Formats: sequence, structure tokens, C-alpha cells
Amino acid sequence: MIRRRVRRSRDGTFDLRIPSDERDLIRSVGPQLRDVLVRQATAIQHGDDPAIDRLFPVAYPDDEERQTEFRLLAHDELLSSHLGALAVLEETADAERLNEDQLLAWMRALNHVRLVLGTRLDVTEEGDERPRSLRDPRAGAFAVYDYLTYLQGEIIEALAG
Amino acid sequence: MTTAPVEVKEPEISDVVVPDRPWVVIVWNDPINMMSYVTFVFQKLFGYSLEKATKLMLDVHEKGKAAVSSGPREKAELDVFRLHEHGLWATMEHDS
Repeated sequence: MIRRRVRRSRDGTFDLRIPSDERDLIRSVGPQLRDVLVRQATAIQHGDDPAIDRLFPVAYPDDEERQTEFRLLAHDELLSSHLGALAVLEETADAERLNEDQLLAWMRALNHVRLVLGTRLDVTEEGDERPRSLRDPRAGAFAVYDYLTYLQGEIIEALAG
Repeated sequence: MTTAPVEVKEPEISDVVVPDRPWVVIVWNDPINMMSYVTFVFQKLFGYSLEKATKLMLDVHEKGKAAVSSGPREKAELDVFRLHEHGLWATMEHDS
């Protein structure tokens, strides 16, 4: 039986029992997400990069004027919110215990990585697009995506439990 | 004899107060966000019970979208923002 990676303890904090190779993987995705978040500043138009559109969605799809206003108000704050969650993940990547706010930041940052990877890999709900061979150049990214999905499930179970 | 043209002041459209129709926040289905995650986010952001959050999540999953909250424009924009912070695909529109 696979040991739980995330457990709520009696004092309301969360124990992380994540093996070191998985910690390496978690640390490795941070720079990838930061790269996308920083690069969005140069993607002026929606549609230039679907991964960026998933992290900065349109609020008013049918109202250009209101969308422009909304973006003006919300965009920088959303960017710093995304970066803030990522900073917590990177600062605590080796921690054995997290408080609830830190675990919520992990949940958001890891989900942002899943959104970027999933969009790039064009995943579907059926999951039938998985590469059949390890020689497939996408095999590594799918493995990371699937691991993050598993870890995300553990985090949600611990938070909701 | 001619009469001087009388200037008639047309009411300006912007003077007319249109009651603020409520806005509805819509969450759209996507293949990446996990069902348990979407349910958890609805509970956390809106304080919904597990039952209500699960029902909304299933609507998103099965019908492609669900109206998750409503209210004045400012409130709807804040809800959309908080959903975007969590990576959910949220938009807003007028209640029809």
C-alpha cells in the first residue's frame, strides 16, 4: 500500500511524507511555471499561448470594453497571487510540515503547473492520449503531469478531510 | 411671421438610471482540473456544503458549465478573480 504523502495532524498542521526523488521533481517544476508567468507580460493578445490563457482567463468573453477594464484592474493582482503561491512552494519544497495556508499555496501552485502541462499536452478527460512508448518525447511530461495529479489528490484529501 | 426655433432638450440616455441587473458567475468544464479539486474550491470560496459544491461540480462536468454565484457586478468580479486565482475557468454574464 502506498503511504499517504500528506496527512493532517492533530494540531491542524500537515505532515508531508514525500520521498526525496519526488521532492526533486516538485522543485524542478517551479522554474517552468515562473517562466510562463513572467513571459505572459509579452503575450499581449489572448490566444498567443493557450497555457497563459488558462492562467489568466477572460472574465467577459462577449464584452471587449468590460474585459479591458477587468484586465486592467485584476491582471497584476492575479499575477502576483500566482507568483506568491509559487514562492511558498519553492520556499517550503523540503519542509516536512506545513500550515494550512502553505498547503493551500502548494495546491494552487501545483494546479497551475498541471494547467500549463495539461494544456501543452492537450490532455482530454478520457486520458486516452497517453503515449504508448517511453521513447515518445512527451512521455516525461506526461509522467510529471500524472504525478502532480496524484499529489494534488493527496493534498485535497488531507485539506478536505 | 416666423417663430424662432425652440430648442428642445432631449433627455440624455446616460441620465436614465438602469437598475443593475444581477450578474451570474459561470464556471466552465475543462479536462485538467480534478473533480475533487473543483468541489473543494467551491466549498472554500463560497462556503457551500459538500452536497451543494458536489452538485455544482457535477453540473460543470456533465453539462459543461454551472452558475456558481450571482450578485452585483463588483461581487461577481471578485468571485471571478478568486476562481481565477485557483485556476478555474470562470466568466460572468448578465442574468437573463
